[in-house]
Amino acid sequence: MIKILRFIKKDWWKVIIVLVLTFAQSMANLYLPSYMSDIVNTGIPSGDIPYIMKIGGLMLGVAFLGITCQIVARFISSKVSSKFSYAIRDSVFKKVESFSLSEFDRFSTASLITRCTNDVTQIQHFLDMTLRMAISAPMMAIGGIIMAIRYGQSLSWILILSCTAIVAVMGLNFLITVPKFKKMQSNIDRLNLVTRENLSGMRVIRAFNAQNNQNKKFDDANISLTKLHLVIGRINAVLQPMTIFIMNITTVVVLWLGSTLVANLSIQVGDLMAFIQYVMQIMFSFQMLSMTFMIIPRAMVSIKRVNDVLDTEPVIKNPLYSEIDTSLNIGVVEFRNVSFIYPNALEPALKDISFTAKPNQLTAIIGSTGSGKSTLANLIPRLYDATNGDIFIDGVNIKNFDIKNLRELIGYVPQKNILFSGTIESNIRFSRSITDDEIIRSSEISQANEFINEKYEGYNHYIAQGGLNVSGGQKQRLSIARALVGSPKIYIFDDSFSSLDFHTESKLKTALFEKTINSTVILITQRVSTIMNADQIIVLDAGRLVGIGTHKDLLKNCNVYYEIASSQLTKEELL
Amino acid sequence: MTIQNKGTDKFDRPIPGPRGGPRATMKLVEKPKDFKGTMKKLVKYLKPYWFLLIISMIFSIASTIFNVLSPRQMGLITTELYLGIMEKNGQIDFIYISRIILLLVLLHIGYSLFHVIQGFISNSVSQKIGYKLRKNMADKFNRLPLYYFDTNLHGDILSRVTNDIDTITATFNQSLSQITSTITQIIGVMVMMLIISPLMTGVTIIIVPLTSLFVTVLVKKSQKYFKAQQKNLGNLNGHVEEMLSGHLVLKVFNGEARSIENFSKLNNELYKSSWKSQFLSGLMMPVTGFIGNIGYVAVCVMGGYLVVSNNIQVGDIQAFIRYVRQFNHPMSQTAGIANTLQSTAAAAERVFQFLNEMEEKPDSDECTDIKDIKGNVSFNDVSFGYSNNVSIIKNLSIEINAGQKVAIVGPTGAGKTTLVNLLMRFYDVDSGSIKIDGIDIRNMKRNDLRNLFGMVLQDTWLFNGTLRDNISYSNPSASDEDVQRAAVLACAEHFILSSGDGYDMIINEEASNISSGQKQLLAIARTILADNPMLILDEATSNVDTRTEILIQKAMDNLMQKRTSFIIAHRLSTIKNADVILVINNGEIIEKGSHIELLKKNGFYSKLYYSQFDKISSESKAL
Repeated sequence: MIKILRFIKKDWWKVIIVLVLTFAQSMANLYLPSYMSDIVNTGIPSGDIPYIMKIGGLMLGVAFLGITCQIVARFISSKVSSKFSYAIRDSVFKKVESFSLSEFDRFSTASLITRCTNDVTQIQHFLDMTLRMAISAPMMAIGGIIMAIRYGQSLSWILILSCTAIVAVMGLNFLITVPKFKKMQSNIDRLNLVTRENLSGMRVIRAFNAQNNQNKKFDDANISLTKLHLVIGRINAVLQPMTIFIMNITTVVVLWLGSTLVANLSIQVGDLMAFIQYVMQIMFSFQMLSMTFMIIPRAMVSIKRVNDVLDTEPVIKNPLYSEIDTSLNIGVVEFRNVSFIYPNALEPALKDISFTAKPNQLTAIIGSTGSGKSTLANLIPRLYDATNGDIFIDGVNIKNFDIKNLRELIGYVPQKNILFSGTIESNIRFSRSITDDEIIRSSEISQANEFINEKYEGYNHYIAQGGLNVSGGQKQRLSIARALVGSPKIYIFDDSFSSLDFHTESKLKTALFEKTINSTVILITQRVSTIMNADQIIVLDAGRLVGIGTHKDLLKNCNVYYEIASSQLTKEELL
Repeated sequence: MTIQNKGTDKFDRPIPGPRGGPRATMKLVEKPKDFKGTMKKLVKYLKPYWFLLIISMIFSIASTIFNVLSPRQMGLITTELYLGIMEKNGQIDFIYISRIILLLVLLHIGYSLFHVIQGFISNSVSQKIGYKLRKNMADKFNRLPLYYFDTNLHGDILSRVTNDIDTITATFNQSLSQITSTITQIIGVMVMMLIISPLMTGVTIIIVPLTSLFVTVLVKKSQKYFKAQQKNLGNLNGHVEEMLSGHLVLKVFNGEARSIENFSKLNNELYKSSWKSQFLSGLMMPVTGFIGNIGYVAVCVMGGYLVVSNNIQVGDIQAFIRYVRQFNHPMSQTAGIANTLQSTAAAAERVFQFLNEMEEKPDSDECTDIKDIKGNVSFNDVSFGYSNNVSIIKNLSIEINAGQKVAIVGPTGAGKTTLVNLLMRFYDVDSGSIKIDGIDIRNMKRNDLRNLFGMVLQDTWLFNGTLRDNISYSNPSASDEDVQRAAVLACAEHFILSSGDGYDMIINEEASNISSGQKQLLAIARTILADNPMLILDEATSNVDTRTEILIQKAMDNLMQKRTSFIIAHRLSTIKNADVILVINNGEIIEKGSHIELLKKNGFYSKLYYSQFDKISSESKAL
C-alpha cells in the first residue's frame, strides 16, 4: 500500500494543495449553518430584513468560495491521479518487458496481461475515489465536530455516542462483507469456468452425451453464487437503514435534550438548529468514509498483484559490463553438460547435454514430442538459463555476452509463428536498422516475396494482430524472413517448415542453403527426411541425448533414431 | 473444414470487464435497440413474483411517507421552543414536545423497519431472476445447434452469461427499490413544502431543474472524453496483450525498446484523455453541491423574511431545509435511474437475443429405440452446405459394412470433417439421408446416436480438473485400474507419471499446462475407456509425433477391431490398412477402394500418395 505511493512522489506538493483546498471547501460548507443560526438568533427576533439579506449575501459568497476551491482541487487531483496511474502502468510494463520466459511461466501470460491492464485501472479508480471522498469526508467530519461543539458543548456527548455506533455498524459491515466479497469473486470465477468449459467443449460434450453432467455442474455454481448474492444483499438491506436509523434517532435525542437546554436559556434556538445540521453533516461524512472503506480491500488485492510484478527481479540478468565484440564471432555453439528443470517440475526437461555445433554445418535435432528439443533451442538466446552446465559461443560463456548483442548473433524461427500488428515490412524489420534491400532479399530467400508482391500494397500490406489475416504458410515464411535479416552467425529453426507445401519448401531450402553457408545452423524437426543430409544429428529422448552422428551412423547405432526413421521412410530409404 | 477450428481460436479472447456497476454515476451508457420490447420481456420474468412486488411497493411507499413526515414534526418542536422563549417568556409545553418526540421515534422505527423488509424482498426477487436467467441460458446451450457456437464469439456468449446477467440483477435490485420510493418522495415532499409555504416551494422548484440541467450538460460534455478514454484504454490494453503474447519473439529480436516506446505513446494518450474525463465527472458533486447550497441560502433568507412577516414559523425553516435536501436527492437520482434502466435493457437485450436463437429440432417422439447396433452405415444421396448457397457435399452415397475401417482422405476443405458433423448430427443433412443399420439417424435420439460413437477430434477438449477425471469423463464409474489401463494403451502413461502429480495433476483453466500432443493422448485414452460400438478419429494424431503415433497406432488398431471406424488423416501412411478409403474432392467421392486398389487405379489417390514420397526424395536432394 505505502510502497505504491512512491509513484506520487514528485507530485506530493500538489497533493498538499489538494488537501488545503479541500479543507477550505469543507470549512466553507460548514459555515453555512452558523450563518443560518445568526439569521434565526439575531435577524428574525429583531425583524431586521437588511441584516438577513446581508447574511444571505455572505452565505452566497462563502458557497462560491467553496465551489471554487473544490473545482481547483478536482482539477489538480484528476491530473495527479492520472499521472499516478500513468507512472504505475509505465513501470509495470517496463518491468514485464524485462522478464524472461521463466517469469512468464511463473505468473502466466494471461495473469501478466491482467496485471498490466485491469489491476492498474483498479488502482487508479481507488486513488481517484480517495482524492474525491476519503480526503473530504474526514475533514467534514472533524470540522463538523468542532463546529458542533462550539454550538452545543453540553450536547457533544450524544455525538460521541452515535459516532461510535456508526463506526461499529460500519466495522461490522466491513467484517462481514469483505470475506463474502472475496468468496463471491471465486464463485463468479467458478461460474465462468464452467461456462467456458461448456462453450469450448460443446462438440465433445455432445459426443459423450454429457449435457446433464455439465448442467449439474453449472447449476451447482449458479446456486452457490445466487445464495451468496442473497446473503450479501440481505446484509446490505439491513445495514444501510441501520445507519440511517442511528442518524435519525440522534437528531431526535438532540432535539429532546436541546429543548430543555433552550428552556433554561443555556442555548439559543438558532444554535440548536445549527447543531442538528452539523450532526447530520458529521453522520453523512461517516457514511461516505465507509463507502471508501468498502473499495479498499479490492484495491489492496490489485496493489498486491502489481507489487508482486514490480518486486520480481528477472532471473536472467545482463552482465554488468561486457567487452565482447560480437562482430568477430563466428558462431561455434557448445553445450557443456547442460541440464534444465522447469520451475516446479519433477523431471528435468534436459539432462546432461553436451555437443558442439560448428559454422558451415547443419546440426539437426530430432526427437519425439516433449523430448526437450524446443527447450534446448530456448537456452541458446538465453530465454531460459540452464539449471546446470554452461553454453559457450566461440568459447565464451553466453552469460558473459551483452544479451542484446547475443541475440543479434542468433536468427531464431520459433515453432509458433508470431506476427505483430503492423505491416509486412515492420514485421520483418522489427525495428532494426537495415536497408530495404535486405528486407527484400530475406523475403526472397524465405519465398515470401512472391505472395507479398501479389498484395496490392506489397510490403506495406497490413498485418492484423497475431497475423490473423495471413495464412499459416505465409506467416511461417514471414517469420523465417524476419530471422534471416541481419545475417546472424547462428540460425535456429524450430520445426519451421511444417506449414509449407512441398514445392515451396524445397525452393526455400535451396535458397537457404546459400544464405547460411558460413553460419551455424541448428534445425529442429520431427521429420527424418528433412535432415538425412545433416552434418550431425542429435537424437533426444525424454530430455537425454541418446545419439549423435550422421543419418547413416545413427541408423546403425541408435535405436530411437531407427524407430523414428522406420516410421517415416520406405524400406529402400532406410538402407 | 476450417469451421471446426474457429471455436478454440476465438475462445482465448479476454472477457470484457464488468459493465458499469451500480455506483458508477458517470460512465458510457449503453443504449438498447428496443427498450420497450426488452422491458416487456423482463417484466414477464417478474410476473411470478407480482404478489411480493406489490408488498414490496407498499412497504416502500409507507417507509417513504414516514420519512417525509418527520422533518415537519421536528420543525414543530423548534417552533414551540422559539415561540416559548420569545413570546411566552420561557413557557414551553413539554408535554406537547414529548408527544412529538414519541411520534418521531415511531416514524423513524417504521421507516427503517419497512425499508429493511422492502430491501429483503427486492433483493430476493432480483437474485431469483438472475438465477433463472442463468439457468435458462445454460439450458439453452444444449438446445442450440452447433452452428451457433461455430459462428459466434465464445467470449461474447460468456460475457452474456456472467456480466450481463450480473448487470441485470444489480440494477434490478436497485431500481425495484428506488422507483417507487423516488416517486413517493417527490410527491410527498412537494405536498409538505406546499403546506409550509407555496412561495418558498416555487423558488426551490426553480432551483431543482437547474441542477438536472447542469448534470445533463456535464454528462453530455464528458461523454466525449469518456469515449476517448475508453478507446485509448482499449488501444493500450491491446498493445499489452499483443506484446506479452509475443514475448518470446520480442525477446529474441530485441524488440523490447520499440514496444516500450509505443507503449509510452499510448500511455500518454490515455493520460491526456483520462484526466479530462476524470475532471469533468469530478465536477458533478461540486456543482450539485453548490446548487444545493444556493437553495439553502434562498431558504434561509426567504424563510427569515417570511418569519419576520409572520407568514411561516421558525421551525418551518428547519423543516424546509430538510425538505430541499430530500427533494434534491431523488431528483438527481432520476437521471441515474434512467441510465440504470438503459443499461439494464441493453444487457437484457443481449441475454434475450441469446435465449431467442433458433434451436435444434427436438428429437421426434417416434424415435426408434436402438439396441445391438452392428454398425452398417449408409449415406444415401446426401447433400449439405453450411450456408444456404454453398453446398459442400453433393449427392453423396456410400455403403459401409459393420466392422469396416473407413478412411476419408482429400485436400483441405474437401468436406472430410463435414461428413463427421453429419454423422454425429452436429448438423443435419439438407437432403438425402444417413442410415445406421437401416435406421435413418434423424429417427434416433441424438443422445442415443452419439452414444454409438467414440470420438477423437483434431481439437481436443479438456476441462479444469485432474487427468483422471478427464480420462474417465465418458465413463465416470470406471475404476482407477481401468483409467490406468486406458492411459497405458493410449501411450499417455509416461507423460502422466512424469508430470509430478501423476493422475492427480490438475489441468488448468486454459488447458495450457500440457502440450497439444499430450492433449490428444488424453483424448484417445478417454475414447478407449468409453468403449463405443463405432469410432470417429478426426486427425486424432495430428499433434503427436510420428514415433509416438506408431505406438498409439497399435492401441488404435486394437480399439478399431470389430468396430466400424471412420478415420480422417493427413498422413496417408497411417491409413494404408483401411478397408475402404474414400477419396473426397469438392464434396464428392471421386475414388473408393482399398489402398492397393487405389494405387493401381493411378488416379487422384495415387498422386496424393506418391507426392509424399516425392517430397522426401526431393527434400534430401535440397539439403
